[in-house]
Amino acid sequence: MMTERDDAMETPFRRTVAGARGEQDDAELDALDRLRAAIARRAEEEDLLDVAYRDLDSPLGRLLLAATPVGLVRVAFPVEDPDAVLETLAGQVSPRVLYAPARLDRVARELEEYFVGRRHAFDVPVDLQLAHGFRRAVLERLVEVPYAGTVSYGELAARVGNPRAVRAVGTACALNPVPLVVPCHRVVRSDGTPGAYRGGPDAKRRLLALEAAR
Amino acid sequence: MSLPPFEHVVLDHSRVVLRVCRALLPPDDAQDAAAEAFLSALRAYPRLRPDSDVRAWLVTIAHRKALDVLRSRARAAVPVAEVPDRGTGPHDPLPDTDLWDVVRALPEKQREAVAFRYLADLPYAEVATLMGTSEAAARRNAADAVKTLRRRYRVPAEPRAIGGPATQREGR
Repeated sequence: MMTERDDAMETPFRRTVAGARGEQDDAELDALDRLRAAIARRAEEEDLLDVAYRDLDSPLGRLLLAATPVGLVRVAFPVEDPDAVLETLAGQVSPRVLYAPARLDRVARELEEYFVGRRHAFDVPVDLQLAHGFRRAVLERLVEVPYAGTVSYGELAARVGNPRAVRAVGTACALNPVPLVVPCHRVVRSDGTPGAYRGGPDAKRRLLALEAAR
Repeated sequence: MSLPPFEHVVLDHSRVVLRVCRALLPPDDAQDAAAEAFLSALRAYPRLRPDSDVRAWLVTIAHRKALDVLRSRARAAVPVAEVPDRGTGPHDPLPDTDLWDVVRALPEKQREAVAFRYLADLPYAEVATLMGTSEAAARRNAADAVKTLRRRYRVPAEPRAIGGPATQREGR
């Protein structure tokens, strides 16, 4: 229970409850936390939890993870506004979005293992519904690029069967809804320099260094 | 315009919903009724019109859930019977009595008027709709409730209002 309360103070996703803390007694805050947890738990039991999300501290900063009943649907970096990410999920997937960490326990654990170099492949279901057509095809080939390997934008375009679609491959990577797990950080420029990244170029360099150091 | 994530609805309105339930029900039942209300709301949420008054919508559902609980347990009178009139005169405050108990001890219509007007901060037109009465009657019930609360409850030295609007507006 204590850790949940501490979590409540730390997490920006709980800003409204935390922000009102000063004008509430602790008993009411406890009751509100229990209510929130009960809503998330019952929503999952009654198949009403279309999008579950949680946050995860990482060497790249605080990540936002979101999953549908199908699988991981979104990984967002600190450079993205979490509220905007959640609003987009509400609009594009379903407005039934709740803070419900339980569904994301496994992917959170695997990411933690990845960041300390103990995991080289992810074993969680992924829901690519936010990527369509060519973008989705790119992501589906991208999961074949192994840990510590890299591929150029041009090579990846060729693998998808359209060698001239280099820019479109770049766009597909830039808009990858599930970075890290679908490893768009392994797509680099043909001269070997890292290139752009949704989480920022520095994050991409750090991920490539992490994987090269195994 | 699309609907915000339901989590934001919970964050923005859970306090009001829980307080309304606590005004109408004993604490444990209030917690359950509030969760039931949010589950019902979540079920219907994708069909809600984006320009709806979400707070009024949630309070309506919470009220219905509270009535369900009261009916199913057939104990509407229990919290009322326990609290008031233990030898106190009309001007004696009950400093050791929790304000929630005093609210729950109000007659049903007054209790609802307090919950909807002062805890949920809804306009009297909404309060009247929720109570199934006229606006004038809703105002009368709220005024009577405030009178009773003043008589039975003295705010402790450390102010601990159960709802911001209640303490500021009861003087009117």
